[in-house]
Amino acid sequence: MNLWRIPTARTGALAVWRRNILVWRKLIVPAVLMNFGEPTLYLLGLGFGLGHFVGEMSGMSYLAFLASGIIASSAMTTSSFEGMYSVFTRMVPQKTYEAILATPLEVDDILAGEMLWCATKSVFSGIAILAVAAMLGVVQGWGALWVIPVVFMIGLCFAGPAMIMSALAYNYDFFNYYTVLIITPMFILCGVFYPIDTLPLAMQGFVQFLPLTHAVMLTRSLVVGADLSQPLLHIGVLMLYAVIGYYVAVVLVRRKLRV
Amino acid sequence: MSMAAQPVLTSNKPVISSRGLTKRFASRVAVNDVDFDIYPGRCFGFVGPNGAGKTTTLRMAMGLTPLSGGTLSVFGLPASENGPAIRARVGIVPQADNLDPDFTVEENLRVYASFFGLSRRQAAPRIESLLKFASLTDRRRDRTDTLSGGMQRRLTIARALINDPELVVLDEPTTGLDPQARHVIWERLTELKVRGKTLLLTTHYMEEAERLCDELLIMDEGRILDQGSPRQLIERHVEPEVIEVRSGGGEALERLAGTTDCRLECMGTCLYCYTREPAQLIAALKDAHGLTFLHRPTNLEDVFLRLTGRELRD
Repeated sequence: MNLWRIPTARTGALAVWRRNILVWRKLIVPAVLMNFGEPTLYLLGLGFGLGHFVGEMSGMSYLAFLASGIIASSAMTTSSFEGMYSVFTRMVPQKTYEAILATPLEVDDILAGEMLWCATKSVFSGIAILAVAAMLGVVQGWGALWVIPVVFMIGLCFAGPAMIMSALAYNYDFFNYYTVLIITPMFILCGVFYPIDTLPLAMQGFVQFLPLTHAVMLTRSLVVGADLSQPLLHIGVLMLYAVIGYYVAVVLVRRKLRV
Repeated sequence: MSMAAQPVLTSNKPVISSRGLTKRFASRVAVNDVDFDIYPGRCFGFVGPNGAGKTTTLRMAMGLTPLSGGTLSVFGLPASENGPAIRARVGIVPQADNLDPDFTVEENLRVYASFFGLSRRQAAPRIESLLKFASLTDRRRDRTDTLSGGMQRRLTIARALINDPELVVLDEPTTGLDPQARHVIWERLTELKVRGKTLLLTTHYMEEAERLCDELLIMDEGRILDQGSPRQLIERHVEPEVIEVRSGGGEALERLAGTTDCRLECMGTCLYCYTREPAQLIAALKDAHGLTFLHRPTNLEDVFLRLTGRELRD
């Protein structure tokens, strides 16, 4: 019952993951519309509209540059919003966790299942964007499918911090802090819309600590087929955020739910 | 605690056993040095006003919140380190319904079964019989938010039985239900008892406690006030009969209070006269003007109010 003990997720986590899939299936039409609609707008609107003036960026068409970055940022937002709004809904107003904790499952299992689900949802959005990008002819080839496991990892990476926010939140408005102070700056600064080497030097150093920077590096090289110098570093940063985020979230949710 | 439970008919090992059980929160003691034993096949009730420590005790027994002191074992296992193993053998009905609003009646049961590691195939026959038990077979495809309060409660109880538990823990099972729905729940709980399940319930409805429970533990402010069967408690704490006298004004009651040797308790414009020999007072009341009265045997509510007082608890 020690709050800080190392989490041990068991197979019960998969039952939580399946529960969420089942709910998602009931709402599949709006969900898929969201998956395809938003990135398509970005790619068509910015990729063609802005791309017309930009021409090439980092040696590729602006559409290709943007598509390969949006895959990462969309994985981030999908996972983050699931980890905040949906997890909070299940944890607090809907009391789903209270119901699940009346079974042999523990907080460790629940959050592991939620995290897998956040990452799964990121994959759905990633596949949609990849499909749109492929139709627009900016995907390197079948090798781009390797981006799917990477998108899963990006989902895991952002699920942890989002669940930490859910554990700390007292209402939905609390999530505005995280969105405005963390998510939006990463969206703007981490190389989705322009290469980070155009940033001032100090800023370039700073964005190296942000996970989205590493996520974009990975997705861009896989989608477009560009060279990548340190893949293990990027993967390592994502996994580090995932592991630390999960641990801290488990401790905080244990504390929140045990009284 | 001096008044430990005496098992009546059984020599089995207790399902739950506590000694010196204590739970402290930052600013208050929720459970204070509590001893009890719950024996298999019986219905055990925790009764007490709001804030008595009933729910906290249940949460400790299910391994959901740590103890601050004492010992607490369930199925012979220390509760705080064995939450998952204990909960695998227990059905828990929470105070507020927490059914999954995204799912139908049937899906609620199926998804819940999966949390116990039951496969779809293992769960299917149990779901059929539980739908029947809850009288919800014809509502199986409806979303839970379309069900009445009584139906939701029945579904919550059915859901708690999906793992075929040895012990069923119910936290205020009928709070907020209308009389019809409450009677149906009581009937279902009695059925579970007949099937040999051990029941542990908390309630602040004395009628419920009296009907269902073989043994009661009356708690207030984290302490045990007394423990025993409903009949034992009534015999121990109150006279067998009571006459409730009501009046519009105070004087008639005061005059009456001066003439009787009953034990009196006053509550607003109502006087409770507890006695073994009611005949004399009844004769006097028949001649009195401006007074109405009700003569009845004493019940658990009288015991409860005597032990915990009549002032409001918020």
